[in-house]
Amino acid sequence: METFTIRAQARASLPGTGRQAIVGVVASGNLEVLLERSETGDAVVVDVTTSARGFRAVWEAVVADFIARSSPGGVRFSIHDNGARPDTVTLRLLQGVKLLETQP
Amino acid sequence: MIPEEIVRSPSWYESSARNRIAGVLDADTFHEILGPAERVMSPHLELFDLPPAFDDGVIVGRGQLDGKPVAIIAQEGQFMGGTFAEVSGAKIVGLLRAVTAAAGTPDGVSAVLLLLDTGGVRLQEANAGELAVSETVRALLGVRAAGIPVVALVGGRAGAFGGGGIVTACCSHVVISEQGRISVTGPEVIETNKGAEEFDSRDRALVWRVTGGRSRVLLGGADSYVKGDVASFRAAAARSRNAAPPFTLETMAAEQERLEKRLSSYGDCRDTPEIWARAGLADPASVPDIDDDAFLALLSEREIKHDAR
Amino acid sequence: MTPVELLTRLFPSGHEVVAGPFNTLAGRAILTDGAAVEVVGVTDGAPLSPEIATELAGRIIRIVQDGKKTPIVLLIDTASQRMTRRDEMLGLNEYLAHLAKVVTLAGLSGHRTVAVLYGAAAAGAFIATALAAQTLITIDGAHPSVMDLPSIARVTKLPLQLLEKKAETTPIFAPGVTPLAATGAVLENWSEADNFSNRLETALTLEASSDTRDTLGEERGGRKVAYSVALRVAAEFEKAAR
Repeated sequence: METFTIRAQARASLPGTGRQAIVGVVASGNLEVLLERSETGDAVVVDVTTSARGFRAVWEAVVADFIARSSPGGVRFSIHDNGARPDTVTLRLLQGVKLLETQP
Repeated sequence: MIPEEIVRSPSWYESSARNRIAGVLDADTFHEILGPAERVMSPHLELFDLPPAFDDGVIVGRGQLDGKPVAIIAQEGQFMGGTFAEVSGAKIVGLLRAVTAAAGTPDGVSAVLLLLDTGGVRLQEANAGELAVSETVRALLGVRAAGIPVVALVGGRAGAFGGGGIVTACCSHVVISEQGRISVTGPEVIETNKGAEEFDSRDRALVWRVTGGRSRVLLGGADSYVKGDVASFRAAAARSRNAAPPFTLETMAAEQERLEKRLSSYGDCRDTPEIWARAGLADPASVPDIDDDAFLALLSEREIKHDAR
Repeated sequence: MTPVELLTRLFPSGHEVVAGPFNTLAGRAILTDGAAVEVVGVTDGAPLSPEIATELAGRIIRIVQDGKKTPIVLLIDTASQRMTRRDEMLGLNEYLAHLAKVVTLAGLSGHRTVAVLYGAAAAGAFIATALAAQTLITIDGAHPSVMDLPSIARVTKLPLQLLEKKAETTPIFAPGVTPLAATGAVLENWSEADNFSNRLETALTLEASSDTRDTLGEERGGRKVAYSVALRVAAEFEKAAR
């Protein structure tokens, strides 16, 4: 396993008022993402725990691309990954922010 | 295009544990206890270099079903096979004990819904998992002894195997779909220990005939058979809440009789069609092949009912 | 230890325990103070079958029906549950659950239940017999397990040597009395030199109305979080009701 944290700044904070959300399951080739609106301003924190070692650069690229697309400022993403492919990671991140945005 | 009926009522088998809870309870009534943000996770998986889950694969809480309060427990079969382990088990046990403590008070619930989806004990935490099953059995029977029914809903990917099969049969009422499977030793383990002659785990039709939902409900291992959609499970949970046998000496004596009778009637059968033929089913070989409506019609003709669990 | 030796050492004042069908035993025994206990058991490491489960459960139901609240001592030397297609087809899960339910019902009905594991018990058979009693005692040489390490290695796809090494640092998965006692499953282990009848009579006087195996596991350090997690869930349940 490998654990690391990616920090970034988004263009804007995530709309909506939902405090937390969870999407996905830690199944083979899948991941869970816990989203918490806990960061100040437009900061974004992504904590990754993954079963696959040596892919930090890929994770950084996926996260950078995701932040550029959806601008989830103020959110901490905590991830447990069991070998998901990059497109699955992007899908879960997008599902997560959509859920957090639309939650009451 | 996704078919309309799937949009309206998703498949239980395909749904996650969280989505099953959302579909079973009244809308927006679920209150999760020790949810993912609390990060109550397995302390043991790291030793095996395995990623944890924020909820350790079990979701517990309170909610309402048709306006009445219920406690609910759901195992996530996709994470570590929905297994009983130190944390996942303690969440189940803690909830069941709390339900018993609250029985008869304003905080009491009308039922416990147990959404099983489990391969049994998590072998990486084998001792903690085994004890968790035993503690679950005792706590669950405490709930029943306090007069509160525990309804098992079985239809997930992992089935209800190992200790999960035992826990299922301790519940007041068991609801199952065609895809639901209940067993103790899984076919693969029997094959590994006793050879393919004893149980060929690759013969999927045979596995389903032995462990599957239709066989279980025909033989008495389950009480209600439902189509495999979430709405059907919800409706069956609401119905069966009122029809559950109490946990008493009389019920156990009746179960003793029921199980002895099954042994003497079918103990020498080799396969389930043999049992159905002896039980007087008109076309025993067709049981796995007919559709759910035809199977439900067959069940209602036979009125398989007992009050002994 | 043979069942005959065990019975002699547990009940020096006498017993009428006899062998029953399917490697079971049953009968009354007398404690040194003259009080009666009921004994039921499995012998010879017999895998737990539907036949054994109904035999034992039937006995216990009749004991509870008697209404005398006589203590029940379960003497256990089984194996795993029997692994056959036939037993699974007949609903072995119901038979094992029925036995666990009946033992638990006896406890709830005022019978003190104590299991003495003098041989093996594994997996579902362990849950349905020894672990279903209010108190579990092991005797030197007993071998409780969930699954043996070679099978765990096969299922988890981990090398056996690695598992053996990990088992030295944690009691969480390894078979045997010591790790299971650390997690709270076993109240006490008796060694060959102990006075079994004294120890049994002491065990029978212990209060056992609630399940305290998780507190025991916490005290002994073998299950550090189970009890606190269960307590937290219960506290939150009360809050969630408001």
